[in-house]
Amino acid sequence: MLDGILIGLSTAFSFSNLLMVIGGCLIGTFIGMLPGLGPMSIISIMIPVAISIGDPSAALILLAGVYYGAIFGGSTSSILINAPGVASTVATSFDGYPLARQGKAGKALTVAAISSFCGGSIGAILLMIFAPALASVALLFHSAEYFALMVVGLSAIAAFAGTGQVVKALLMTVLGLIMATVGEGALFNMPRFTMGIMDLQSGFGFITLAMAMFALPEALYLVLDPGRSKTEGGSNEIKDLRITRAEAKSIAPVIGRQSIQGFLIGVLPGAGATIASFLGYAVERNIAPKEEQKEFGKGAIKGLAAPESANNAACTGSFVPLLTLGIPGSGTTAILLGALIALNVSPGPRLMVDEPEIFWAVIISMYVGNLILLVLNLPLIPYIAKVLAVPRNYLIPFIFFFTLMGAYIGQNNATELLILVGLGICATVLRFADYPLAPLLIGFILGSMLEDNFSRSMQLYDGLGFLMERPMTIGLLGLAALLVILPSYRARRARLRQRGVADGD
Amino acid sequence: MALDRWIALVILMISLAYGYTAFFTMDEGLPPFMKFNAIWPSTFPKGLSVMAVICALIILLSPQKADAGPKAGDIDYRRLLDYKLGQATALLAMMVIYALALRPVGFLISTVAFLVISAMILGERKLHILIPIAVLAAGVVWYLVQQVLGIYLRPLPFFMGTGG
Repeated sequence: MLDGILIGLSTAFSFSNLLMVIGGCLIGTFIGMLPGLGPMSIISIMIPVAISIGDPSAALILLAGVYYGAIFGGSTSSILINAPGVASTVATSFDGYPLARQGKAGKALTVAAISSFCGGSIGAILLMIFAPALASVALLFHSAEYFALMVVGLSAIAAFAGTGQVVKALLMTVLGLIMATVGEGALFNMPRFTMGIMDLQSGFGFITLAMAMFALPEALYLVLDPGRSKTEGGSNEIKDLRITRAEAKSIAPVIGRQSIQGFLIGVLPGAGATIASFLGYAVERNIAPKEEQKEFGKGAIKGLAAPESANNAACTGSFVPLLTLGIPGSGTTAILLGALIALNVSPGPRLMVDEPEIFWAVIISMYVGNLILLVLNLPLIPYIAKVLAVPRNYLIPFIFFFTLMGAYIGQNNATELLILVGLGICATVLRFADYPLAPLLIGFILGSMLEDNFSRSMQLYDGLGFLMERPMTIGLLGLAALLVILPSYRARRARLRQRGVADGD
Repeated sequence: MALDRWIALVILMISLAYGYTAFFTMDEGLPPFMKFNAIWPSTFPKGLSVMAVICALIILLSPQKADAGPKAGDIDYRRLLDYKLGQATALLAMMVIYALALRPVGFLISTVAFLVISAMILGERKLHILIPIAVLAAGVVWYLVQQVLGIYLRPLPFFMGTGG
């Protein structure tokens, strides 16, 4: 591990990679602050830039910096104008905005920055401890277990993403898998489902799909509902950034607890930073003394520290399944996985052995990123906050333009832009009907790997025999079935109970 | 019928067409040696089509729930006309026009036109600010993409040279 850390230090602290972290954090903070643009949209837009860098370590460091920056920027807009740029910072606004309204915006931003820093750093330490252990276990896996593990990951994502409507999420996952089969796959070297269209020979572009699923619907929502981008009404004055010793003492245990809890939630596939932040807030409110409980929602600094440390730790935690198993735990890490594949890097247990400089550089750059967010961004906050004043009439055309450019640069093909618009309209309609979009993208990204492992197992066992002969595979597939069946059963039981109450039972 | 069921119906149709291809037409052109393999190019798609059909049918046939309306902060598609639908449609049309014009008209002119017209669609009228910003942005992005990232972008119309 020490060797790995040294490799990571030398890679992450190279001049160009330091620039990547700083640049990524600043870009992420700026764009993350814009209401309506989440980390998935921002990372989608940044991927063509990252891929064109060519060096996988630098690209991943840049994208991880953008990810952290976006979460930090989301907190800033939550606190200053009660408009969370990111879903995982919604809980931040519960107490952050009331604090800003009381004229304590500076204090709120400091608490958020310190909590984020601690959450991210504790998460990175836990990642350093857990990831190598998990990777060494995963090295025992064969293609059959990988296939089963991916099915578990996809089921978990469907179960979490579609809370209350697992079937919708499952349908989206399968649709993503179906889209992954379009084009000429590496496995059979023959075109499938291209309908004779030349541009579909290489399949759907991952960047185009990511943009169409996240960036374009967000931008269209901003157009349709101008209220989403309104920035009036808040207090943008930031004066005193200091917090007292007593305040620091009171939030320290909250940060410690929520960093660990957030990290563990982040490790679970499908859970992610949003669930971690809400759960962190709820837990701290419940365990707080009665007197303090009344303060939650009115400007309690504990209520601000809890979601902020939890969401950053969860972001770090979501890198565990990505780096060790090659399975993305969230939509954002799915996009990062796609970027890695585009850079010819295969995340998974072999990553630590074959390309330790990438693995460790990412972990070390997480510390650096968190430190930069604290040291660089905090004093810059009053200036960065000015981005909130960009008029909607200028902001929206630029979001559309960068979405188009991202798809164009990714494929260097104008037809890709038409596919982007078509898929973007479909994604917006799906969002209207509450179909979750992250499972579709994750299904698409995992599709070829899933088929590859399935086919290899079929060839090795000359059929479906691997399902019976490998106990770990059966166990994992059983777990996947449970993950899908249990939430649906619970939802059905809750519905029946509700109907019973309504009928007067 | 609610929108989510219409969507499930469309996906069902797509899955049926996908399944028909996987089960009936895909294997026709398969080389004989591949037919001895345990796995064919159509094996995985066959399973996917069955799963997609089952999921779509569950959504279509499950009892209709009471409509809870849109979530807070979400758009209510039943009242779509209350939103800025015209602006959204016009911007989508602009994106299509931009995609079609990018190669023949060149990056610089089509980008400036896209940014200016899109902002005007949204209600911007201060052209003396808008046009310089659009020209500057198009120029900076072209320079970054072409010169820094090394991705070819024809800057001017086709009859004015390649700009490479």
